[in-house]
Amino acid sequence: MKTLFSNARVINPESLTDSIGSLLIENDKIAGIYNGVPSLDFNIDKVIDCEKKCLAPGIVDIGVKIGEPGERHKESFKSAGIAAANGGITTMIIRPDTNPTIDSPEILEFIYRRAVSDSLVKVLPMAALTKDRNGSEMAEIGFLKDAGAVAFTDCDQVITNNKVLLRCLTYAKGLNALIITHPQEPILSKDACATSGALATKLGLPTVSTFAELIQLQRDLSLIEMTNARVHFDQITCSESLVALKQAKEKGLSISAGISIHHLTLNEQDIEGYPTFFKVKPPLRNETDRIASIDAVASGLIDIISSMHTPQDEESKRLPFEAAASGAVGLETLLPASLQLVHGGYMDLPTLWRALSYNPAELLGLETGQIKVGYQADLVLFDPDKPFILDRSKLHSKSKNTPYDGRTMQGRVIKTIVAGKEVYN
Amino acid sequence: MVFSSKHLLGIEHLSPTDITAILDLAETYVDLNRKEQKQGGTLSGMTQINMFFENSTRTLASFELAGKRLGADVLNLAVGASSIKKGETLIDTAMTLNAMNPDLLIVRHPQSGAINLLADKVKCAVLNAGDGRHEHPTQALLDALTIRRAKGRLHRLNVAICGDIAHSRVARSNIFLLNKMESRIRIIGPQTLIPTGIEKFGVEVYEDMNAGLKDVDVIMMLRLQNERMDGAFIPSRREYYYRWGLTTNKLANAKDDAIVMHPGPMNRGVEIDGEIADDINRSVIQEQVEMGVAVRMASMDLLAKNLRSERVKLS
Repeated sequence: MKTLFSNARVINPESLTDSIGSLLIENDKIAGIYNGVPSLDFNIDKVIDCEKKCLAPGIVDIGVKIGEPGERHKESFKSAGIAAANGGITTMIIRPDTNPTIDSPEILEFIYRRAVSDSLVKVLPMAALTKDRNGSEMAEIGFLKDAGAVAFTDCDQVITNNKVLLRCLTYAKGLNALIITHPQEPILSKDACATSGALATKLGLPTVSTFAELIQLQRDLSLIEMTNARVHFDQITCSESLVALKQAKEKGLSISAGISIHHLTLNEQDIEGYPTFFKVKPPLRNETDRIASIDAVASGLIDIISSMHTPQDEESKRLPFEAAASGAVGLETLLPASLQLVHGGYMDLPTLWRALSYNPAELLGLETGQIKVGYQADLVLFDPDKPFILDRSKLHSKSKNTPYDGRTMQGRVIKTIVAGKEVYN
Repeated sequence: MVFSSKHLLGIEHLSPTDITAILDLAETYVDLNRKEQKQGGTLSGMTQINMFFENSTRTLASFELAGKRLGADVLNLAVGASSIKKGETLIDTAMTLNAMNPDLLIVRHPQSGAINLLADKVKCAVLNAGDGRHEHPTQALLDALTIRRAKGRLHRLNVAICGDIAHSRVARSNIFLLNKMESRIRIIGPQTLIPTGIEKFGVEVYEDMNAGLKDVDVIMMLRLQNERMDGAFIPSRREYYYRWGLTTNKLANAKDDAIVMHPGPMNRGVEIDGEIADDINRSVIQEQVEMGVAVRMASMDLLAKNLRSERVKLS
């Protein structure tokens, strides 16, 4: 089966180019890349005229929370898969902060089987770094890696015992396993639901300073320097940490950093009036930090943008701000929200796609996320300009907790292709 | 007298005219409350529910008396002890009460913003009796009435607010109100109890109490909660009293006719010297309690008027 996507505006995050071309797909792989319209001397089963719309690698989203096991009423592999396909995400890297925790090869295999049978898009699991994410006993990193875990993380549970983390990093280094940490000092950030500042003071909410992020980042960096382990920071969201991150990268440590799309497109002013859909972890930052973070994505200091998709049902959110659950859904809004960064003039499309597909795929060693012959035909065709008003009731996630409800956004997915097959059109 | 909103959720969104309307009406209730026949009938036939998710004796008593003196049927619910522990959410509780058709819902809740959330869900008028560290509007109004009666005005006064500003909804509401009425505000306390960014509220921050009290007209002392003494935010009660307790020596920095206020309940010998608290020439603490009933009567009266005219419009 050969399909030609012709007359497309091909977004190539590797060469950082954005030009009209065609892409030949053979079965599940990219078989040819051409400038303009190619004259081919072999038969093609299907030609798709992309009408000069953008054709980019499908998004690789690190840190998606699925409600399985434990909270299927919030999100299942099926609903998340549909949402991801609608949002141009072709690979979901799922979090282990489920109930029970994904911390043994048995649970991982069970999850993986369900994911493969239910989800429209690819799913790759992460596993907990410590048993039950309790921060005291190492999980079976070797078995879990063999079973398919692509990274190890305790998610938002910070390992406070330095000796435990040191041993985890050392052990993981031996297996060349990737570890993902959450750089937030847990005692300072306990119960906090806003970033310290005049607004949070006015609202009377428990706060945490951005320095809580820097403190934990510095601790992690020291341990990484000791062990030379491979570590990704899930979310770096403030100016102070960016300085430390830059210095550490210049030292040559094997580190990378991510950020959620919410921290790039929203700021603390959004929590005025206590709307709980804007309660995320870490709390939204001020405008200076938001702009600094965008600049860091543009310069490559922050490597990865993710949705940090965290489904919460209405009951968990219809509560006073302090009591409400944290997190926002993001699978369907990641692409249009990210395009704000392009429309706002902060970066071009290929640079944005570095953070959405190329870098996460490279970090995890996946043959996706690039426009490259021989790589998986995981693609998204989209119109970057098409405006629409987001209506949360129309989201495909089981949970509708999006902060963008009612906002005018730009950018709609036309087709999503996973391993050569259309999963959304 | 016109008051512009359906609910009284905080001082932040009130106009100086709204504030003056409440205070002027409250004056008439001060007079009424001093008579033997204390009955006004403006809430006659109406149902007032006092829903307190946090323990309170004084504020609850004040609201209950205010409602009864205006002729309302008053129901007190100490919710902290019942349904919430059975897993019912705040909104469920509010919806249940809403179905009983109350006219006024007076709510106190330990979490900031909880009352804003609740006000969106019910048909009646909602009055915030204190939410977390956010606002306590009737306290600020009763303080304003007390100051206005003692000083004859609310503008161009120097007001010092001393103590635990960080955890105080009383401080926040008072800062909003005094700013709107164009007085100058000083915040005095240990740095651990001064919230970040407070200087952006148009206040001056002092660590040294003697300097902070220099030539002020009004001193508002705040209560220091027990759980914040002894090591958590301050080293000890005695050090706090030495540095930030209101004593005769420190009071001497203020104007000779400065008044001393406290929202109660007081910790004598922690934030305030017992003798100052009882000094009828300086302390207006008892007057604050009296003004509290009047201000609450006025607030509920104005909310009830708006509720009636809204219902007339709908029918």
